[in-house]
Amino acid sequence: MGGAVRLHGPAFRVTGKSNRRGDDPPRMTRGPMLRYFLSKLLTFVPTFLGVTLVSFAFIRVLPGDPIIVMAGERGVSPERYAELVAQFGFDRPIYVQFWDYFTGVLQGDLGQSFVTKRPVWDEFFSLFPATLELSTVAITIAVLLGIPAGVIAATQRGKLFDRLLMSSALIGYSMPIFWWALLLIIVFSGNLGWTPVSGRIDLMFYFPNTTGFMLIDSLLSGQKGAFASAVSHLVLPSIVLATIPLAVIARQTRSAMLEVLSEDYIRTARAKGLAPIRVNGLHALRNALIPVITVIGLMVGTLLAGAILTETIFSWPGIGKWMVDSIFRRDYPVVQGGLLLVAVMVMVVNLIVDLLYGFINPKIRKR
Amino acid sequence: MADVTTNATNAPARPGRFKEFWRYFRENKGAVIGLYVFVTFVVLAALAGLIAPHDPLVQNRAATLMPPFWQDGGSWSYPLGTDPLGRDMLSRLLNGARYSFFVGVMVVLIASTGGILIGLISGFAPKWLDTIIMRIMDIILSFPSLLLALVLVAILGPSLLNAMIAISIAYQPHYVRLTRAAVMSERSKDYVISARVVGAKLPRLMFITVLPNCLAPIIVQAALSFSNAILDVAALGFLGMGAQPPTPEWGTMLAEAREFILRAWWVVTFPGLAILITVLAINLMGDGLRDALDPKLKRS
Repeated sequence: MGGAVRLHGPAFRVTGKSNRRGDDPPRMTRGPMLRYFLSKLLTFVPTFLGVTLVSFAFIRVLPGDPIIVMAGERGVSPERYAELVAQFGFDRPIYVQFWDYFTGVLQGDLGQSFVTKRPVWDEFFSLFPATLELSTVAITIAVLLGIPAGVIAATQRGKLFDRLLMSSALIGYSMPIFWWALLLIIVFSGNLGWTPVSGRIDLMFYFPNTTGFMLIDSLLSGQKGAFASAVSHLVLPSIVLATIPLAVIARQTRSAMLEVLSEDYIRTARAKGLAPIRVNGLHALRNALIPVITVIGLMVGTLLAGAILTETIFSWPGIGKWMVDSIFRRDYPVVQGGLLLVAVMVMVVNLIVDLLYGFINPKIRKR
Repeated sequence: MADVTTNATNAPARPGRFKEFWRYFRENKGAVIGLYVFVTFVVLAALAGLIAPHDPLVQNRAATLMPPFWQDGGSWSYPLGTDPLGRDMLSRLLNGARYSFFVGVMVVLIASTGGILIGLISGFAPKWLDTIIMRIMDIILSFPSLLLALVLVAILGPSLLNAMIAISIAYQPHYVRLTRAAVMSERSKDYVISARVVGAKLPRLMFITVLPNCLAPIIVQAALSFSNAILDVAALGFLGMGAQPPTPEWGTMLAEAREFILRAWWVVTFPGLAILITVLAINLMGDGLRDALDPKLKRS
């Protein structure tokens, strides 16, 4: 594109090279896949540095003395103050502080909680399985319901089912999920008494934390009713967390399917006399899934944001609730570390999605 | 010279543009319903001071947790009931609409102005600057917007204004990316090149030649972030990090009502319903806007 035009002037750099996006190498010669991988990995580094810098800056841009702010009404004795200044390194030049922080991060040292005195890294990974379990169940619900719904809506385009489905998807997409959670609690916990309101399992069950996933641990424990209790605790939070992803996936699948269904090769497949289910299921869906998979991959940020609200409402002991509690407790090392870990997680998932996308769709690599 | 050429090409298209837009927009019935609901809510919010039956902050200890008028114990003087402090729900909801719309408008204005500007610069800038800008946007996008807003509010202190600023910062990168992508595809088109050949300077190229042709996706994004801003500000209020009590902001109202959910359904139901309907109306409009403005999807 634009290869033939050459204009002068600083603002106009329509040069001979086919593109000027920083992410892609200018020309593909050998091993385009490898190059694509490397160039993607290369953009990861500055972003990672930047994210570290942002989380580093967090404590330092707080108005006032961060130690006094964190101590809050509790106050802090002069000895403890000096100790904390030394611990956080506030007495050293800022670039030394950043270097220490950065090298610490690379070794998994994110400082320790101001309140519990435990390392932030340990706290994060002891709570992370709870969030991962909740998110996994939620995204599974969203995928299992969303993709078939989108496909059926696309094939039934304009009919009643399509309209109903797309209206509910739009409502789901517009839903304030914290309110949705309260409504579900009113109906299913309050009126019907079917599900518990908070936590991951009844207090009467106790078993070792083998995998961190309550569903698996409760099965492994062999205790009667433990698994059922874990499931009943999980139902409402995962429905709440699945709502927006479900709506997005259904809408995305429908529009991707509609686009694919108008392609020539679909007409050819139909003309050949293939069964509609084969055309829709095999030929169309496979191609329509590419954008859908991307959307699912990019959902990790939505899930984590949703987890903040869902976990707070259902007292689900995961990282979302942990972050909110830490913000209220002014436990800033935890907020800082959690912010960084969440951002890195989002980045890693996005990177994987990018790489997969390049793998599935060769057009992206060559562009 | 440049003036004459651009005017000559633009002028005849102008009068028909809005009509054409309306013709496509009107075809989407949902969008039209959304528009009506939206306009109704805006009017109600604007007139809240006149039509609200009570002062939204005045407490009536004699009438706490009164149900809506159609239930036993309800009365017409408090049509939608009262909250735990005896404040009129309807008046609080009407006044809350003001906050939500204000937040939506401000977030869209701040985020889009900043984002369009940075996106235009990025699209026209030399490669190194473009790369730096895009990496910074990648960094912001790595943080889930609600988390970023929560943390920023933790730094700035919980208030509606700070929540708005935080959300605007979190939304900015979407505008930057959209604008940049649109600029990239427009930049090498003939009309831009001819404008440049005629001697248009960079600011003119950016704002007058290219920008109007990049607006379609940005307008759709504006509708989307309008509704998302309302949701996020309500979420922040719900978490106690947005508007502070006794402000009748919808999310804050929900947070205050939480402990009464099993005793008084109306204190929880109405604020949430107000959020849902508003956001739904805006999203319906957004879909209509996309259909009307995106030529690729037109008539599909």
